[in-house]
Amino acid sequence: MELKTKIDAADGQQDLTITREFELPVELLFKAYEEPAIVEQWMGTKVLKLENKKYGGFSFETTDPKGNTFGMSGTIHEFRQNESITRTFEMANSPFSVQLEFLQFESLSADTSKLTMHIIYKSNDHRDLMLKMGMTKGINMAHNRLQETVNKLK
Amino acid sequence: MNLRRDVFQAIADPTRRAILLLVASQAMTAGAIAANFNTARPTVSKHLQILTECELLEQKQTGREIHYHINAKKMREVADFIEPFRKLWDDRFNALETIMKTYQAKKKD
Repeated sequence: MELKTKIDAADGQQDLTITREFELPVELLFKAYEEPAIVEQWMGTKVLKLENKKYGGFSFETTDPKGNTFGMSGTIHEFRQNESITRTFEMANSPFSVQLEFLQFESLSADTSKLTMHIIYKSNDHRDLMLKMGMTKGINMAHNRLQETVNKLK
Repeated sequence: MNLRRDVFQAIADPTRRAILLLVASQAMTAGAIAANFNTARPTVSKHLQILTECELLEQKQTGREIHYHINAKKMREVADFIEPFRKLWDDRFNALETIMKTYQAKKKD
């Protein structure tokens, strides 16, 4: 079976690409990135600020079961409705450096669409370390919360 | 198998992650690394020992000093680690899709 979400991370490079095809019209896919209340649901985070415009800022906050909060924030450099978002992304109080993200939204048909996320890190080592973090609790916790949100919807 | 779990434990600690990122920028002596933390020097030494044992860091003698380097080869053994990262995004996107389908259905009502 073909994987829905693909990661392309070439050896020795400082970037990676995440691609995913959705059974959603591109307008709805884009809306999931645009509307704070919807972002909160699928990212499993609180949205403190989301200014969808050139040089607008965004700020998210996640709280784990112990009450520890994790902040994520950045600046939006380009915001083209149903087409693309270019932004920086940074995790507060973490050793990770800021990363640059190019999000491209494409319509495949009236009911399907594709998202391509190109992420550029400070160095190859930073990228690899970030990939390895996919295994650790801080990030998985956000994902568990997501699972709960989805289960509630079913 | 054990070694892999050790690598995982090594990078699970925030101080050790910070050390890896410091050394990723340039090779450093233990003293120079410790100077970046408020933690006691023996604590930093312990972290360096763990990182060296699971081969994420390498020691190289330069004159009288020992510099710690990132073990690029070990760090590049990313393949095993990509899957959890992919799964994380896959779960997020599955949630997005489910939420937006619900949203669409509600709108049509």
